[in-house]
Amino acid sequence: MTEDTARRADRALVLPTYRRDDVDVHPPLLSPDYRSTVARAPRQPLAHLPQRLTETTGPLLGEGRLGDLDHDLTRQHDGPPQGQRIIVHGRVRDGDGRPVPHTLVEIWQANAAGRYRHASDTWPAPLDPHFDGVGRALTDDRGRYRFVTVQPGAYPWRNHDNAWRPAHIHFSLFGRAFTQRLVTQMYFPGDPLFFQDPVLHSVRDPGARQRLIARYDHAATAPEWALAYAFDIVLRGRESTPFEDGDDDE
Amino acid sequence: MSERLAVTPAQTVGPYLSIGLRWPDGPYVVPEGTPGAFWVRGRIIDGTGAPVVDALVESWQADPAGRFDHPDDPRGAHPPALAGFRGFGRSETDDQGCYRLLTVRPGSLPDPDGGVEAPHLTLSVLGRGLLHRLVTRLYFPDEPTANAADPVLSGIDAGRRDTLVASTAPDGFRFDIHLQGDRETVFFAV
Ligand SMILES: [Fe+3]
Repeated sequence: MTEDTARRADRALVLPTYRRDDVDVHPPLLSPDYRSTVARAPRQPLAHLPQRLTETTGPLLGEGRLGDLDHDLTRQHDGPPQGQRIIVHGRVRDGDGRPVPHTLVEIWQANAAGRYRHASDTWPAPLDPHFDGVGRALTDDRGRYRFVTVQPGAYPWRNHDNAWRPAHIHFSLFGRAFTQRLVTQMYFPGDPLFFQDPVLHSVRDPGARQRLIARYDHAATAPEWALAYAFDIVLRGRESTPFEDGDDDE
Repeated sequence: MSERLAVTPAQTVGPYLSIGLRWPDGPYVVPEGTPGAFWVRGRIIDGTGAPVVDALVESWQADPAGRFDHPDDPRGAHPPALAGFRGFGRSETDDQGCYRLLTVRPGSLPDPDGGVEAPHLTLSVLGRGLLHRLVTRLYFPDEPTANAADPVLSGIDAGRRDTLVASTAPDGFRFDIHLQGDRETVFFAV
């Protein structure tokens, strides 16, 4: 592109902006039942940030960030980890149903006993020498990802009397643009600990909360090897632009 | 496609974020030794004045020419003007609540309304006790003219604007992030 065409393009700068999320989708930052929010949630209202070049672009992190076995948390050591082996898979799409291809998905989790490999996690459950609890994958060209791991255990925390976190896997996604960045947690269906968990319940809308709970997926199990859960993730969709017709090339 | 899907809600990274989100090269938006590179350092402080030791700062920015190597930049994706420039950095806070990023100054950017955005980094702050990321921007203290004309910065209440402007430091810039209090940083809905 020459200087001149670049300058002309500047004048007609049309950005692929993203629909802002409905107010009831994400948890309120100040959710006092989750005690750590009290001293950390900003008290001033959030300012409006127009989506400009910095927000409508973002890091496109690829193969260079992945090792061969990063998606398989059961094969990162000499021996297999303790616990129930599971497959966790799903599709990453945007709010218009378009797959989000080739995007980095990072996960981390406790081991089968509910213990994290982290200096601050000191509750008396055993560490597993064969489990780090960290995984990375890229979605394929249809937005699909797949991990092999073990069922994480529940763990206690000091938020309230006899508080236990339901079993969960932490997920981090980049999407295609800064505005699509999402960090969340996946839960397992039917967990009896949901009722007392203020992190899950910080999402006020029951329908939105349900979207954090994976589905048991018998069709995706590996016979005589692993159970399977499906967890589909939806990032923001785009605002339509004058250049966008009914269908799209992605 | 016109199928509308409901967005997945955010959840906190929790206290053990460094297990999943630590990259050995995370703080390096540019490789060490890059001409013009400097450190951005700062501390994250909560409403009690305590350092936030279990948080993560992520940064995203244009290259020194004001370009992005990204297909959605309507000016066209542009390979970085500097070798090894990644545009993205991430740094978890240490036991003093401090993060650090090695980067270079981005160029200024055209805006669709015909204005010019001053050089800036867009930051996400993730941490225990943060149920969703916080978004803020870092501007440079030695760009008073560009900052005064910046369409985002000039939209902020004048009394709080300086929370988005870094200060100079011996090896670069300092940008503290106050989650609450008199000096609460301006955070954005994006
Ligand atoms: Fe956790």
